[in-house]
Parts: sequence; C-alpha cells; structure tokens
Amino acid sequence: MKDGYKLIYKRPKTLLSTRMHYCPGCFHSTIHKFLMEVIEELEIQDKTIGVCPVGCSVFAYDYLDIDMQEAAHGRAAAVATGIKRILPDRIVFSYQGDGDLAAIGTAETLHACNRGENFTFIFINNGIYGMTGGQMAPTTLEGQKTTTCPYGRETADSGMPMKMAEIISQFEKVAYVERVSCDTPANARKAKRAIKKAIEFQMQGLGTTFIEVASNCPSGWKCTPEESLKWLEEQVFPYFPLGVFKEPAKRRQ
Amino acid sequence: MLLEMIFAGFGGQGVLSMGTLLAYAAMKEGKEISWMPSYGPEMRGGTANCIVNISDQMISSPIVSKYDVAVALNQPSLKKFEPRVKKGGILIWESSTIKEPPTRTDINVYAIPAIEKAINELKNIKVMNMLLLGALVKINKIVKIESLLLALKETLPERHHHLIPLNKKAIEMGMKLV
Amino acid sequence: MGEITFMKGNEALAEAAIRSGLQGYFGYPITPQSEVIEYLAQQKPKHNYVLIQAESELAAVNMLYGAAGAGGRVMTTTSSPGFSLMQEGISYIACTELPCVLVNVVRGGPGLGTIQPSQGDYFQATRGGGHGDYYTPVLGPNSVQEMVDHVYLAFELADKYLTPVVILSDGAIGQMMEKVILPEPIQYKPNKPWATTGKTVDRERKILTSLFIQSEVMEKRNLKLQEKYKKIKENEVRFEEYQIDDAEIIVVAYGLCSRISKKVVEFGREAGIKMGLFRPITLWPFPLKQLEEIASKDRVKFFISIEMNAGQMVEDVKLAVLGKKPVYFYGRLGGIVPTPEETFNAIKEKLN
Repeated sequence: MKDGYKLIYKRPKTLLSTRMHYCPGCFHSTIHKFLMEVIEELEIQDKTIGVCPVGCSVFAYDYLDIDMQEAAHGRAAAVATGIKRILPDRIVFSYQGDGDLAAIGTAETLHACNRGENFTFIFINNGIYGMTGGQMAPTTLEGQKTTTCPYGRETADSGMPMKMAEIISQFEKVAYVERVSCDTPANARKAKRAIKKAIEFQMQGLGTTFIEVASNCPSGWKCTPEESLKWLEEQVFPYFPLGVFKEPAKRRQ
Repeated sequence: MLLEMIFAGFGGQGVLSMGTLLAYAAMKEGKEISWMPSYGPEMRGGTANCIVNISDQMISSPIVSKYDVAVALNQPSLKKFEPRVKKGGILIWESSTIKEPPTRTDINVYAIPAIEKAINELKNIKVMNMLLLGALVKINKIVKIESLLLALKETLPERHHHLIPLNKKAIEMGMKLV
Repeated sequence: MGEITFMKGNEALAEAAIRSGLQGYFGYPITPQSEVIEYLAQQKPKHNYVLIQAESELAAVNMLYGAAGAGGRVMTTTSSPGFSLMQEGISYIACTELPCVLVNVVRGGPGLGTIQPSQGDYFQATRGGGHGDYYTPVLGPNSVQEMVDHVYLAFELADKYLTPVVILSDGAIGQMMEKVILPEPIQYKPNKPWATTGKTVDRERKILTSLFIQSEVMEKRNLKLQEKYKKIKENEVRFEEYQIDDAEIIVVAYGLCSRISKKVVEFGREAGIKMGLFRPITLWPFPLKQLEEIASKDRVKFFISIEMNAGQMVEDVKLAVLGKKPVYFYGRLGGIVPTPEETFNAIKEKLN
C-alpha cells in the first residue's frame, strides 16, 4: 500500500476474478460477493460446499472459489441435505431462485425446512424467470407483466405471489428467516449481516437458516437498473416486506 | 430329495409362520430351502399362503404349481390347492372349520381338527398352526422335532420365548392327532 | 465363511448394504420393497449410517446425488413407479460420474399397476432410463444370496467406474426367504479425491456438475462416458450357463424367471429334450458375444426368452443371435409369475 493510501475495499479471496455473466444492476453479483466475504471472514473456505440451482445462478461455481455441486432444477434442497448429512461438520448452502425454490422445488424446500436441515438457503426472489427469458414466477406480483402473463399476472388464474419467508418461518425446526434487499447501501449492509448470521447459526448447529433476497431483474422487468430499484421500493416491498421473520429462541413479534 | 409344499389359509392364521418355522428347521439340518409368500393386501384379512421347498440340492424354482404337500386351513384354500397336490402326495386339512371335505382318492388325506383342539385343550387358538405342523412332521418326517423347537427359539423374538412350551405342546398334540 | 441365516430378499439386501460399509440411505416407502428401509431403520442404532425417509423418490435420488458427491457410500431402493420418478436424478448422476447404488424391486406396470412381481422395467433399466446418452450397469439377482452378493458387487462397480449401478430385482425375490450366507462386514475406506469436501489451500476447488453449455465440451463429456461404457462392456459381462454344452434349445432368462426356467430345463431333460439355460447376470452390459457363440453351434435349434413382461429382454437376445437361429418369447404380464409347467408347455409348442 502506497503511503497515504488506505485500503477500504477489495475483492474477497474466495471470489474468483472471472468476469460475471450477470446483467448490469442485478443483485446476484452483490449477493455472491457478500457470501464470499462472509466465508472469508469466518475462515470457512475449506469447509464450505455450495449447491447451485438451475436459473441465472446456474454458473455460480464459475465465480465462487469453493467446492460446489450443481443440482437439477428444484432439487437443491435435497442435494444440500445429502451433502450435509454425509459431512455434518461442513458448512453447506443452497443458492436458488424463485422458480427453483418456490415452484418446481417447493416440496424439497418445505421438507428440508421441516426436518430442520442444518444448512443455509440463499433465496433470490426477483419475481421472474430471468434465465429463460422473463416468464412468470410463483413470486411474480399481481398485475406484473411477463412473457407468459403479457397482460399482467391474473391472480384468478395463477394465484397470489408466494411469500416464502413467511411460509418457511412457520417451521419449528427453522432457526432463522430474514428477507433482505440490496436496493440501498443500508439495505445491502443488512443483507450481508443477515447472511453472516445465517452461516454462524449453521455453524452453531441451530437448524435451517433461510435468507430471502427481494431482488431485481432489470432485463426481465424490461427497465433500467435504476428503475428496478424504484419498482422494488414501490411495488415489491409492500407485498414482500423486509425484516426478520424468525430468529433463534425468539419468535416474530 | 425335493419336497414342494404349500401352506394356505386366512391371513392371521399363522400360515406364513408355520412355513417359516419348517424351512428354518430344515436349514438347521443342512437342507436347502426356499420360502415364497403371497404378499400385499391379501395378507390383511384375505387369504395368505406360502410355498416352502426343501431339498438336498440347490432349489431351482421357488414358485411351483404342483405340490408334494398341501396344508389347507380354510375352505377356499382347500378348494384351490386340493387339485394341485401331486398324485400320491399329502393333503392336511383343518377339519373343525372346513365344511366340505376333500374328495380325491389318489392322495393321502389327513383331517386334523386343529382349531377345536387348540381352543378346547390348549386354550389358545393361535397355536393351531403348530398342531398342523406337528401332524405334518409326524406324517412325512421332513425334520426332527428338536429342529422345530430350535427354530422356535431362534426365530421367535425374546419377548415371546415364554410361549415356547405351549408351542411345543401344540406340536406334540398335533403329532398324536395323525 | 460368513454367517448362515434365513432371510427375506429385501432384508438380506439391507443387511448386505450395512456390511458393505453403507454411509447413507435415502428412500421413500413403496411395496414390495419397504422392508429395506424398515430393516435399516431398525438396525440404525447399532451403526453409523445416515438414513432419511425422503418426501418423494425425486428428493431421495437427489439426496443420493448430493451424498455421493460428498464422498459417501450411498444407496436408495424403490419399486417401479418410484424408479420412474428417479430417472431424472440418475441421468444427472451418470453424467456427473458419481458412484452410488439404486435398487429397483420391480412390480407390475404400467401406471400404478400392481404390487406383484414383474420384469416390466427391463427396457427402462438397461437403456439408461432417463434423458441423454448414458447407461448404468444393471445386475439381475435371482436369489436371496445374490441380493446380498450383488450389493457388494454393485458398490464395487460403482466406485471402480464412477457410475450409478442398478440392481434390478423383483417383488418375488424381495419377498421370498432363502438360506443366505452373509459375508464379513468390510471396513470401507473411500478414496474419492473428486468429492466435494471443502476446498483446502493445497488444492483447486471441486465442481460436480452435468452442465456443459458449450456443445464441444458436452460432446467431450459424452465421449468420455462412452469410453467408460466400452470398458464396462469389455470387462464386466457376467452370466451363468446351465446344461448348455449339449443343449439344442436355449432358454434365456434372468432373475426369478431364471429360477423357474431351471426347473423347466429339468422337466425337459426328464422328457429327453436337450434343453439348457443361459442366464444373463449383468443385464447391461448384456452377454451378446456369449449368446452369439451359442447361436453359431449347429446343434442349437432355437432360443426362447422367458420373462415376466410383454417381451423386453428378447430384443437383446435377438440382437445377440443376429438372425442365426429363431428367437421366441414366452411371458406373463401384470404381476403374474409363469409356472414351470406352463412355461415347459410353451416351449414344447415351439418344438412342433
């Protein structure tokens, strides 16, 4: 470090310098970085095994310098269960989108939570199927337009957006549930803190930890990154409120 | 030597366990054995049967359709398996509950009132299968009674070992009924 | 010499898995194989394996995938409808090249079918079963003893070739009891440098995936798999012959049907008909060469495949015989086991 300079930011060693494929403004890259910072800070790179899903983060293992397994669409929770049960002293997380976790893999998600599997879910909820070109997700908001609901989501046809954090927090053996976002620096810092807490609770063996990220998708939402933040604040947060839904030994007020 | 046998009756009458016991006893005497049950919903209240084969050599088919021995504990079983006893074979039937007796004359037929004897003399209907087994062993001497008793000891869970004397009594009574 | 005992096929298989050093079992109950998970659940306090009754066969097979990738010696068991649900996972496991054992105690289908024994899943098991170009070694046990021996063999093949291995049994073999010799338990010491166990400073990260988005890379993985399958075909064909040396009629059968067919051969020999039994033990790789050699003998009049289905393995027999001799089929469907007598009569009809 040159005299007079102070290091205030650097890429965590656990994050590879590979150029990411994520769209500009997407929170995936931010969450990847937070997760890898947490792994570096807790010095658990040699103990961590990640599971990536089918969805935009299908290539997560190209960026994260840890051991990883690729799961079939929706099966990440089952795969993570298999890993954690065979290697109970390791730190295991699944990194999943809304189609993966809340549509095709709902059964695996709920049952892993019901068993209290001691791994961490990182759930990226952007209300759309980003990777396949912007189709409706189980979390697409009422009236929100996607390629498969071009006139807006009709709840009479498709039901209401699924509130996974609220659902997951009902399970006895789930230790910690928080919904976070990265739309402002303050919220981003909270997101990282939540991820760190989740991993720490896992290290203490407290049970399932579940971080839902109310995320954006400028490409799928057909807007600029800036507009996507506005949409989050005005449309998403009122329906998917941020906050802690469950904490160890403390139920939601 | 190859002996192909079927035990058949209602589910809950103990047909599967009498077959198991006999096969186990034969195994203890160094024989080759196979035990093939009917399985599924029919086990629960319907008819149940098991085919037991005992041989000096490796057993080819565990499933056969003609038998050297048939033991029938109810009317449907008797009706079904009487025609399938090989000529000169053995048919044992429970004669206190089966109304229509067997009719074949080219096989050796033994009527054993096992249910009545078990209720009236042993005060336990559950051991009626052991009476029939005792009769069978007396007739064809396929295993020694000691082997059957050893089989009882080794196949019954520890908590049921107090029932061994009663089972022994039932086997002996069955032998006398022939 | 191991321990001699008298056990049900399903229970013997479970005991063999424990003795093989089982580290994880993931399954969903389905008749006629639920005794496997019941037995493992009962024995669990005495051992050190993971046992999960999963929420579905889909979940079970994916737990198997995760656990295999983490380096565990792992197994699942199911019956036909459940095996269909597992196909997705088997395709992923085959492509990712992870060792594990899957047991299908086959029942009659299609659909929900019946719980009685069948061999209707032969095509599904021997042709990969899921999407994409892959095969899995498939073993066809025909006795309770082989339910034991094939578990040891399946784990061995899985580790040797880094592949899922399927044991294709049936409801009758699973439910019947026979004398069985249980081998000594083995002290399993895995050597799995590819497993995801956490990236330490001295090594690169491990990635287990079946996703190769660039076609050139995907083709490469495919060619690697094909190379492996070639090796398996060269080295792992297993079969049994009974009275083949002078036989004019070759009965081909696997699993339970091979036991029935052995009796049929005995009937034939008693009646002065020169019959012999050829039993494939590995259903994939199928003993093509061995059957072809037999077909080349002048004395051989015809082949007949005996199956509990509408005629599936008979297609492999035809592929082996290559038109050199007639190939016939006799079978029963829907969970019905052909009797030795009816089978013998069916063969005699072909003689006329």
